[in-house]
Amino acid sequence: MPMSQTVTPSSSGLVVPPAGQAEDAVHIAIRNLEFFYGGNRALKSITVDMLRRQVTALIGPSGCGKSTLLRVLNRMYDLYPNQRATGEVLMDGENIIAPGLDLNQLRSRIGMVFQKPTPFPMSIGDNIAFGVKLHEKLSRSALDERIEWSLTRAALWDEVKDRLGGSAMGLSGGQQQRLCIARTIATRPEVILLDEPTSALDPISTLKIEELIDELKHEFTIAIVTHNMQQAGRCADRVALFYLGELVEVGTATQMFTAPREKRTQEYITGRFG
Amino acid sequence: MSASVHSGLLPGAAARRRRRGDAAFRLVAGAAALLVLAVLGLAALSMLLGGLPAFQRFGLHFFLGTEWDPVTKRFTALVPVYGTLVTAVIAMLIAVPVSFGIAVFLNEVAPAWMRAPVGAAIELLAGVPSIIYGMWGLFVFVPFMSDYVDPWLDATLGQLPAIGVLFSGPPLGIGMLTAGIILAIMVIPFISSVMRDVFALVPPPLRESAFALGATRWEVVRQVVLPYTRSAVVGGIFLGLGRALGETMAVTFVLGNAHEFSLSLLAPGNSIAAAIANEFTEADSAIYRQSLIALGFVLFVVTFIVLAVAKLMLLRLARRAGGRP
Repeated sequence: MPMSQTVTPSSSGLVVPPAGQAEDAVHIAIRNLEFFYGGNRALKSITVDMLRRQVTALIGPSGCGKSTLLRVLNRMYDLYPNQRATGEVLMDGENIIAPGLDLNQLRSRIGMVFQKPTPFPMSIGDNIAFGVKLHEKLSRSALDERIEWSLTRAALWDEVKDRLGGSAMGLSGGQQQRLCIARTIATRPEVILLDEPTSALDPISTLKIEELIDELKHEFTIAIVTHNMQQAGRCADRVALFYLGELVEVGTATQMFTAPREKRTQEYITGRFG
Repeated sequence: MSASVHSGLLPGAAARRRRRGDAAFRLVAGAAALLVLAVLGLAALSMLLGGLPAFQRFGLHFFLGTEWDPVTKRFTALVPVYGTLVTAVIAMLIAVPVSFGIAVFLNEVAPAWMRAPVGAAIELLAGVPSIIYGMWGLFVFVPFMSDYVDPWLDATLGQLPAIGVLFSGPPLGIGMLTAGIILAIMVIPFISSVMRDVFALVPPPLRESAFALGATRWEVVRQVVLPYTRSAVVGGIFLGLGRALGETMAVTFVLGNAHEFSLSLLAPGNSIAAAIANEFTEADSAIYRQSLIALGFVLFVVTFIVLAVAKLMLLRLARRAGGRP
């Protein structure tokens, strides 16, 4: 497989893996994944790996299936009738699109941040506590600690520490999006899915989020959908190009942007289609 | 200034005619809107004036007394006011949770094929004329209540201290509890359809964000959907309450129309609307008629306040749903 050759397993100098967990470089292995909206085939036999504690950028023109792929990974499609996936998505060997899987538990392991900020209509602190309380029983002080931890990780703590009880709706767009990221990492997932997280934000907020992604990849496996080539170049370790539901090419960011193997990749990244 | 193309500007007279036409249009539209306000204001005023002699004659006692006697010409409002409020409260206690269940079921739980038919069936309930509910209530529901529910309530809850007084008494079937239940059935379609509509206003990404954190459907509804729609849900409840307060026909059939004050929900009572409907033709003295009109004014004020609150609450969500990206 070309993708496993591109990454030499040199991740030894990074974070020590949790005890008892095999430190396999491949975190999520997608095998022959097909996805259907009713009779419409939106993903066609996708096979791709997501590597542990690396950022994988999914790029491609609108409607190519990249957001659909994210929604498969946390089974969001299960909320809607007539949407189904076939094939295998193996997270540490376990097929997460198999029927009968505990979705709530899966979603606590795979967090997601959406295109537009989606703060809940409650206080800043409660926004963070929401997800934590669903899965863990913490004392008040442990919960406060977790709130501070996740807000610090999301580079928001200094801005909001004096008004945790204030409504999250009062934050700026960029702050709201960082709050959503904090809320997502507060449940301590293994994987974070980012669906065009900066498309509704101004350049400065975008920069902050990108710096944040750079920090977070030391702890989390990240998949980001983006329309912004520069962003993919800046943030991603690996890039996967989708077109009309097919995976065109996947490789390291450097290879994809400097020496793409496929002609379509070359055309897309230079802006000739899409 | 040199016009090399033909200028198509209307001559002065035609332009003035256009402006006059627009002014007339504004006047007509404005008058139509004002007419409604005028009718509302005048209706309130005429009821107030019509009922004024009763207010003057009985004073505050009009609201505190329980007697209603055409022979001695003493009329007071506590029994019908109490009956109106109690039946409406019973109706809300039943209708709100049921409507909530219906709305959540249709929006979150029901499979897609079921949503449209069940939703339509519930809205059809709203189209059943209230006289039908009254007849069904009297001929079917009242015997059921007197045979099964009333005796059981009297034997169980009726024996408890403090609240027992609410549930004791002869099992007539007719009474405030029965009327409240019928009212609940009548307002469920209104409340549930408002709830359903406002639940559907919650932005999908907001709901999905909660699901993405691993929340169950109930957790999403309770912690995200309800807080987001809280004011509109309250507005919908008040809309139903407004209907329950003013409902006449169905209540008249099953309430018993008795002007005797009783705390028991199993006892017959009266409501403002039922009293007016029943007794207007029999009002043989001026003060009798004036007292009924005064009752009408009280009902008018109460429902007006309730509906105004409902509208305000519904507006708040509309503003937020429309105003925020």
